[in-house]
Amino acid sequence: MRIRPKFQLLDKPLLERILDEAFQLIEDPGVRVAPYVFELLRGAGITVEGGVAHIPEALAHRLLDLVPRGFCLYDRSGKPTVRYAGDDVHFDPGSSCLNILDPETQQPRPALSSDLVKMVQVAEMLPHFAAQSTAMVCNDVPQEISDWYRLLLVLWYSEKPVVTGAFSASSLHTLLELLAIESGGREALREHPRAVFDVCPSPPLNWSEFGSQNLVDLARAGVPAAEIVSMPLAGATAPVTLVGSIVQHAAECISGIVIHQLALPGSPIVWGGAPAIFDMRTGKTPMGAIETAMLDVGCAEVGKFLGLPTHAYMVAGDGRVIDAQVEMESGMSTVLGALAGINMISGAGMLDFLACHSVEKLVIDAEAIASAQRLIEGVDARTDSLAVAMFAQTGLQGDFLKLKETRALFRKEQHFPSAIIDRGLASMDGSSPDILQRARQRVEELLSAYERHPLPPNREEELIAFAQREAKDSGLEGLPEILRPEYVHETGLI
Amino acid sequence: MSARREWKCAIRHCFVISITDWRHALGSAWPRGFMPDATFSAMRQSIIDGAPDTASGLAQQAVSSGIAPIDAINEGFVLGMHDVGDQFARGQMYLPDMMASAEAMRAAMAVLDPELKKLGTERPMAGVVVLGTTKGDIHEIGKILVGTLLTAHGFRVHDLGVDVAGKKFAAKAQELQADIVGVSALLTTTMRNQKSVVEAIEKAGLRPQVKIMVGGAPVTRRWAEEIGADGYAKDAMSAVDLARQLMEQKTRAAVAEPV
Repeated sequence: MRIRPKFQLLDKPLLERILDEAFQLIEDPGVRVAPYVFELLRGAGITVEGGVAHIPEALAHRLLDLVPRGFCLYDRSGKPTVRYAGDDVHFDPGSSCLNILDPETQQPRPALSSDLVKMVQVAEMLPHFAAQSTAMVCNDVPQEISDWYRLLLVLWYSEKPVVTGAFSASSLHTLLELLAIESGGREALREHPRAVFDVCPSPPLNWSEFGSQNLVDLARAGVPAAEIVSMPLAGATAPVTLVGSIVQHAAECISGIVIHQLALPGSPIVWGGAPAIFDMRTGKTPMGAIETAMLDVGCAEVGKFLGLPTHAYMVAGDGRVIDAQVEMESGMSTVLGALAGINMISGAGMLDFLACHSVEKLVIDAEAIASAQRLIEGVDARTDSLAVAMFAQTGLQGDFLKLKETRALFRKEQHFPSAIIDRGLASMDGSSPDILQRARQRVEELLSAYERHPLPPNREEELIAFAQREAKDSGLEGLPEILRPEYVHETGLI
Repeated sequence: MSARREWKCAIRHCFVISITDWRHALGSAWPRGFMPDATFSAMRQSIIDGAPDTASGLAQQAVSSGIAPIDAINEGFVLGMHDVGDQFARGQMYLPDMMASAEAMRAAMAVLDPELKKLGTERPMAGVVVLGTTKGDIHEIGKILVGTLLTAHGFRVHDLGVDVAGKKFAAKAQELQADIVGVSALLTTTMRNQKSVVEAIEKAGLRPQVKIMVGGAPVTRRWAEEIGADGYAKDAMSAVDLARQLMEQKTRAAVAEPV
């Protein structure tokens, strides 16, 4: 009989109050929406005046009831490896970062496509990450194609599901096409969705042109799921109280779901977010603050209360280098997110208020994730007698190491971390490398063990041809990390 | 502002008013235009307390007493803003306190600015700043705070709002003959658009006379250097210091320039 530990921040009466106020907010003052959805909303009987939609509670309830209670993302082979439902917990690296902590100097610098590839390869090798993310914006790629280029690299080097997102309304279709080609067509992608797309409202209570359009287009494309990432900043763009911000988060999510479900009823969508407190001294938004983790958990609890799939942004620290602060913050929020049973937890590898990514931090975070995953496995009475029968064998000598039960069960009871965690194992040369050295070594080991699994040749060709067509106007030569410019010139591919 | 702070402020205000009433009872024993130090202190304190009603009342009192508006500003209210800046830098005041102080300063200036105009005088202007949040970004708390503090410190600020394209920054800078353009961004994705503001100002041929400063949660000094901005400020108070430094640089450059 397994007992799984859980963390609950809010109780039922408070959850009901939060939802009650969220429903009040979407009706009055209402939610700012873009012209793209005016007619869609008006067609459902919603009043839209001055760009503000006043959504009746009864209609919102009806549309919430249409949202699937769960769905799966599939890996390249068609295996369902991520289940957005119930208390299933998965992790993926943080996304869309501009900077990387240089592996050599440990100083932040603009991220390049080679950095993203390295991160994808490392995450591919770590079972702790059920999904990849389009983790970095590659600064060696023209800005106008930077969102879909991230996805191209992830699809090229990974077989795992992907958490991604578009930077503009128009580029969404390029991202969708890349996924369709990689899956072998729209129908194949529909049967085995590979990606979930983050869509962000602007706090407070504003679905911009970009956000509104993404919600509608994703639903109508009928291919992957949308993941609402509502970002109330408590005390700045949202009420200062944690529960007040959770109300706003709920109102933003519900109004997003209303738009999405009106576009295509029954489309999968995730109750997600990246809330944070607003630091009243610095104006920063600390992702490692305990109150930010409390917001994440509270927001997810509201989604769970409604029976919806959930997401949160955790496992990130705010220090500028890999140090005790960063890892303390990351470790704490990892454990809380897992205990809260959040379906997808993004953020691993990130530091400096989400401004910087680090492959070394990613492998350290993987250890925190492994510990959290062990924690939520909970405790299990694996033997008929809990201890007495074993004492009957050892007596007061207590030589438990020799018992057959020990040998049979220690692997189930104990998690064995990688060499990143110092458990006193001597290194080969007798030295005592610090955490950063151990992380670097782990990254090297994972990279040398990584092996790319190519797509079927026709899909690779189609993917390259499509990417080249899309990149043509941006002046990009070759496809960084896929095709070298000299190869392109030699073969006349461009 | 907390009820306690407002209450303390009200007591100080009553004290100042009672002194004034006493003066009236004595048949205007103080010459018109004379302002006791206690009143200047109360003005200063009204800013520190973030009490707009008190600050406005004290400003009106100064006007009716014939105090030169410029004295009320420089000897009273501005000193309060300086105190707030110092206390913020020392970690003794927080952003909501500073917002309340800026609001109090605005309330005082709403009374004193028209008086300055009537007298045909103006506060010495520290510089003209065009502010805005970059294209694709609708966040403006930091920018509003920077604008408020710059105004409080004598800059003339024109706020373009949010989601502002580079061209619009350049056009407004040209129209107002701005000294400084300040570009804010909260998101890592929109931070990149700060570069297009620099480019637009360069394209408009304004770069020699317009200094550019950037800020926002994900922005760093390194980023500012990379995109060719003249400076980066980590918070609103440092934005004021930076703006002053940039104005000094401009002045030095103008002096050094051969006629």
